Amino acid sequence: MQPVSFDYEVAESVDHAIDLLKENGEDAKVLAGGHSLIPLLRLRLAAPTVLVDVGRIDGLNYVRDDGDQLAIGALTHHRQLLHNELVQEHCGILGYTAGLLGDPSVQHRGTIGGAVSHGDPSGDMPSVIRALEGEIVVQGPDGGRTISAEDFFLDYLYTALDPLEIVTEVRVPKLSSDTGWSYKKFSRRSQDWAIVGVAAVVEKSNGNIGSARIGLTSMGSTPIRATAVEEALSGASPDDVAEAAKSADEGTSPASDDAASEEFRRHLARVWTRRAVEEALGR
Amino acid sequence: MGGGLARKEDPNLVTGKANWTDNIKLPGMLHMSLLRSPFAHAKITNLDVSAALDQPGVVAAYTGADLADEWPGGVPCAATVTEDQKTPFQGPIVQDEVNYMGDVVAAVVATDRYTAQDALEAIEVDYEPLDVVMEMEAALEDGATLVHEDMEDNLCFDWKAEAGDVEGAFEQADVVIKERYIQQRLIPNAIEPRATVATQDPGHGGYVVYSATQVPHLAKIVLSLSTGIPENQIRVVAPDVGGGFGSKLNVYREEIMALVIAKKLGTPVKWVEDRSENYQATIQGRGQLQDMEVAATNEGRILAVRATLLDDMGAYLQLLTPVISVSGAAMFAGVYTFDAFSCQIKGVFTNKTPTDAYRGAGRPEAAYAIERIVDSLARRLDMDPIEVRRKNFYEPFDEPTATPAGLEYDSMNMQAAVDRALELSDYEGLREEQQRRRENNDPVQLGIGFSTYTEICGLGPSQALAGLGIGGAGWEAANVRMLLTGKVEVATGTSPHGQGHETSWSQIAADALGVTPDDVEVLHGDTAVSPMGRDTYGSRSLAVGGIAVHLACEKVVDKAKKIAAHMLEASEDDIEFEGGKFSVAGSPDQSVAIQDVSATAFLGANIPEGMEPGLNENMVFDPPNFTFPFGAHVCVTETDTETGKVRIRDYFAVDDCGPVINPVIVDGQLHGGLAQGIAQALYEEAIYDEDGTLVTGSMVDYMIPGAPELPNYTLDRTVTPSPSNPLGVKGVGEAGTIGAPPAVINSIIDGLSPLGVTHIDMPALPMRVWEAIQQARGESAGEWTSGGGIQAESADATQGGDE
Repeated sequence: MQPVSFDYEVAESVDHAIDLLKENGEDAKVLAGGHSLIPLLRLRLAAPTVLVDVGRIDGLNYVRDDGDQLAIGALTHHRQLLHNELVQEHCGILGYTAGLLGDPSVQHRGTIGGAVSHGDPSGDMPSVIRALEGEIVVQGPDGGRTISAEDFFLDYLYTALDPLEIVTEVRVPKLSSDTGWSYKKFSRRSQDWAIVGVAAVVEKSNGNIGSARIGLTSMGSTPIRATAVEEALSGASPDDVAEAAKSADEGTSPASDDAASEEFRRHLARVWTRRAVEEALGR
Repeated sequence: MGGGLARKEDPNLVTGKANWTDNIKLPGMLHMSLLRSPFAHAKITNLDVSAALDQPGVVAAYTGADLADEWPGGVPCAATVTEDQKTPFQGPIVQDEVNYMGDVVAAVVATDRYTAQDALEAIEVDYEPLDVVMEMEAALEDGATLVHEDMEDNLCFDWKAEAGDVEGAFEQADVVIKERYIQQRLIPNAIEPRATVATQDPGHGGYVVYSATQVPHLAKIVLSLSTGIPENQIRVVAPDVGGGFGSKLNVYREEIMALVIAKKLGTPVKWVEDRSENYQATIQGRGQLQDMEVAATNEGRILAVRATLLDDMGAYLQLLTPVISVSGAAMFAGVYTFDAFSCQIKGVFTNKTPTDAYRGAGRPEAAYAIERIVDSLARRLDMDPIEVRRKNFYEPFDEPTATPAGLEYDSMNMQAAVDRALELSDYEGLREEQQRRRENNDPVQLGIGFSTYTEICGLGPSQALAGLGIGGAGWEAANVRMLLTGKVEVATGTSPHGQGHETSWSQIAADALGVTPDDVEVLHGDTAVSPMGRDTYGSRSLAVGGIAVHLACEKVVDKAKKIAAHMLEASEDDIEFEGGKFSVAGSPDQSVAIQDVSATAFLGANIPEGMEPGLNENMVFDPPNFTFPFGAHVCVTETDTETGKVRIRDYFAVDDCGPVINPVIVDGQLHGGLAQGIAQALYEEAIYDEDGTLVTGSMVDYMIPGAPELPNYTLDRTVTPSPSNPLGVKGVGEAGTIGAPPAVINSIIDGLSPLGVTHIDMPALPMRVWEAIQQARGESAGEWTSGGGIQAESADATQGGDE
């Protein structure tokens, strides 16, 4: 790899990182696990003059039980989520999905904060966090704020994060025992980004569906919710799933590329939504 | 021999002690980086490297015009397959015009690689884009855009071979099937990219070129032909080389540039390819359009095969580009005996990266076409695919037997391989499971696919190679010497880059000499260490180079026997040799170990009068015929009919490569070959857009499968010795890439045939499979009813598919 030459700064704290970003302006880029940024540097598609390494900041790598939520430090690696007991007990979908990202070496380096900040609609974590109705905690020069996942992802690789803000925590709800979940990822190779991914979080109620939240990966410029399916499934019977899933691609705008045509993505979203909801009901 | 000795090579490789070319650091060494064209076809209207020269650390910058006098021979092509073959001049750095994305426009030499890379951005260059021609059929049309304007058309060659009455056979046949198959372009992806260090030889003049190459001996010749530097002033060293798959069976413009610039500057020059360059500028494999026809009787007897091929050269001819398809032409007859055969190949220039040998090189193309069409024949006749094959197999033979395509296969017993493969896979049980799934409308359908292949290895008889248009020199050389201390040095002309020759050649020498493999040191990959050599490619090393080692050892033993007789004061005729000991027949206590004989030979004081001292024997082996390994593969697929996703559930491979020297190495070759064959069938394709840009320019976009995508392999062997050499060995390096693609695709089609699917192109990625299902069902894509795979339409589809 022969990137354009850059300065490398190690942030010792979140405040220090923000100061470094302030000092260096638009030419600075935050580096955490590096699994999105480094390939861009390698191809010289990105040429920041300063890399601010936040990966060594103490105290951002944790999973905490926080009432009805789990609080997850932004520097928590995917591999840690996969094996974390609190995650397994209260929010299995998050750990399961972390285990589908890239390959083990990517999972050991990549962080949940990075996956969220990058705002990639073909990333698995963003759509899962949307289906969970999670929250993103960020810090900037003027202090912190908490942004709902719904408001966080604005467009392709574009989030509500201000240039001087850094993601510090992701908060997801603890799922009740009658809530089933599934994440179905369709990719050509296991290490690839999803051609389509479907996250289903389904509350069961007396053998029927209470409510369902469906997050879609790679079906638009942001991770989105399949609201038509969610409405159709509200209070529905398991027998209604196949019919409801047919509207999974309603209101979506999937891309057409070498991996999949728009038509194929729409088809996969419908099939995968059906299978995800069925799996969630059985889990 | 025959034991699974752990590879001698591995401790160094797995502990980071290997000596890759990029590890070589020489005093004063400079680094070369290359400016490559972003256009597939363009005129260079302005080129100025002076700003690059102004950058600190930059020592030199060159255009094609600057160095044109240094490489009068350009980048030579060694193959001439027809008298009127067109061979465009390829200067290592172009002048005036670029012809594919990645073509080299300028070179910068600097004190380190980063500086050189940065300086490329300072070069001023303007291009005037020209029309491109990317597809072969379009390239052959009248008035097509010309890849090379000084040529009248884009046809490189038009080659044809015919035997028997092909026309007559097609006229008389009950059944004629014609299908078109596509061999997509593939990127070889050796784990170590190319790398070269060129330096003046400080000791005795001349030059040393270290290179990540499969072919140091060929490189020495080609570098001389290109630059005019006398052959005896060039030494080429292949240090540890991390894979090649044919992509390093070449001598590249970058090696020539590094040598020429090192000569000009008087300083060592290193060039190391990055992965993006590897994708654009290292040769690609395959790239063939196949119109395949078979004529047969209603009983399933094949009467004739006709293959009409377009083969994609890319923009230039590399070392062997035009001969790859031609060398595979005769293999389109496969493992079937019939009367009439023809093969016509047109080589076509396009604005793409040049193609050349990629693991299998001509034979995967052939095996795929014949194995696909035999399956189609079975479907047409409503016969079991194995039944059709059995009707056309040769009776088992162990002496050279003529084929419809004009070769002489060495030995074959397909029946034994097929019987074993059916048993191993529980074929009947698989068919029952398949039937159950069909009846249950399982959305995931089971497919069972076969490939019964043969290939051509052991390149090869020099005369036969001359006939192919590559001059000859198909021999291989070995030097075996026993030292004073009883240790053995084997210098081989083969040049391993992952194959494990150090281990296998040690086993061969140890067996012949009665020493242990640890007593044997194998020397290779250096034209100074093994002056004669023809290197490693085409699964030739064991069947030619290993035999040279074996025969050189026999010479050593013959001479040692004479010395032993002299030492034991017995007649040579009475000396027996076993287990490393020479003894007098009938008096086993009268014996001398070969190590003692070796010392005596070295000292020379007590050897027969007039004999040369030492045990030091050369052997150059030129085989009488090629070898023809064969095998039967069974691929079991599960295809999700709702998504088009294919999973290989099981893969059974029964391969016959003759007697096995080291089963661990043979299994490893098969595992890797099968992985690459499956990769072609299901995943990989080098894709260019209509402007000539390589779209699959990185490992993100180019679908190399990983371990999760690949099955566990169930391997077994039959053993049919080859009469082509004294050990009976055949070669196994490419068996997997040849056998696997048709087995996989036949399996998918078999699984989906009730839906009416009769054809799927490679790579069978999900969207392609899904579209094939949609098309076969006559439904517009997207109107799929969810909740089940085959459902009611299957009855109609079955009728529709039975054309």
